[in-house]
Amino acid sequence: MHELGVTENIVNIISAKAAEAQAGKVLKVNLVVGELSGFVPDCIQFYFDTLSKGTIAEGAALHFETVPPELRCRSCATVFQPHDAPWTCPKCGSQGTEISKGRELYIESVEVE
Amino acid sequence: MRKIEVVQNVMEANEVIAKRNRRLLDEHGVFAINIMSAPGAGKTSLILETLRQLKGKLDTAVIEGDVASTVDAEKVQNEAKSVVQINTQKMPESCSLMAVMIESALNDMPLNDLDLILIENVGNLICPSEFALGEHRRLVISSLPEGDDKPIKYPLIFADADAVIINKMDLLPHVDFDIAAFRRSITGLNPKVEFFEISCKTGEGIEEWCSWVLNQAKARA
Repeated sequence: MHELGVTENIVNIISAKAAEAQAGKVLKVNLVVGELSGFVPDCIQFYFDTLSKGTIAEGAALHFETVPPELRCRSCATVFQPHDAPWTCPKCGSQGTEISKGRELYIESVEVE
Repeated sequence: MRKIEVVQNVMEANEVIAKRNRRLLDEHGVFAINIMSAPGAGKTSLILETLRQLKGKLDTAVIEGDVASTVDAEKVQNEAKSVVQINTQKMPESCSLMAVMIESALNDMPLNDLDLILIENVGNLICPSEFALGEHRRLVISSLPEGDDKPIKYPLIFADADAVIINKMDLLPHVDFDIAAFRRSITGLNPKVEFFEISCKTGEGIEEWCSWVLNQAKARA
């Protein structure tokens, strides 16, 4: 629901990085998106196509690596992927967990020429 | 083809401004609470009750975030020291307040004369959890008619909350809301959270909530 501003940031960051590297064109952007984050890849792609027009990033392909949620049990430190709620540790049955993966939204790398 | 390693958080731009807001608030000794909930959970009612209860104890201002209208700002303007309405309709995003919006609101506020700012975020349980504003505490309000499964459906906003209010407690006899299960689903992810069971209609629990706000604000000042 808030991908417009986020995609603006993406275009700004990769344009700056590409300029820094004295590249002529951005070919591909590798993004990492956690499944727990509110960000929808299709939505980012949609805005990207419009926002990148006329920039060094125009026409670049977006590649999304999605990260499934991962929790760490606060009692026994078991790391697990939750399935159905409530989120319960499969080893000790505790409901005390912290989110260790799944909230990401970052640009991992850009491929330029 | 060359590959450039970037590894940069896309939310960094917001976080930089949020930190700046926080510094500005700290310099003026102002305590800020980011109030988040679904639409209709009682953010404005809670703000009104809090303003009335804290009158004479803390000089309090309100930042109202809504997609459109000044309805909420009008409701609270008689009780607050200062009110700024932000309409997100004209912003690049309308689903949440963002640090940059708070930055411009703070410029319009008499920070030297304030102790507390209550920030009413846009009614939404998803987007506001992604955007730090520079606040000192995050409050989430759930109300009984919404059902007790919201922490399971929207875990992030509850995982990051400092306090959770269960509002509309006067409706408990009429709805199936398992308070113990609701609390359990939050404390699993967030063991330090403070709970308050209140009713803005009857006044139940308001005093306890306000004394928490008062203590938190005083501890910071």
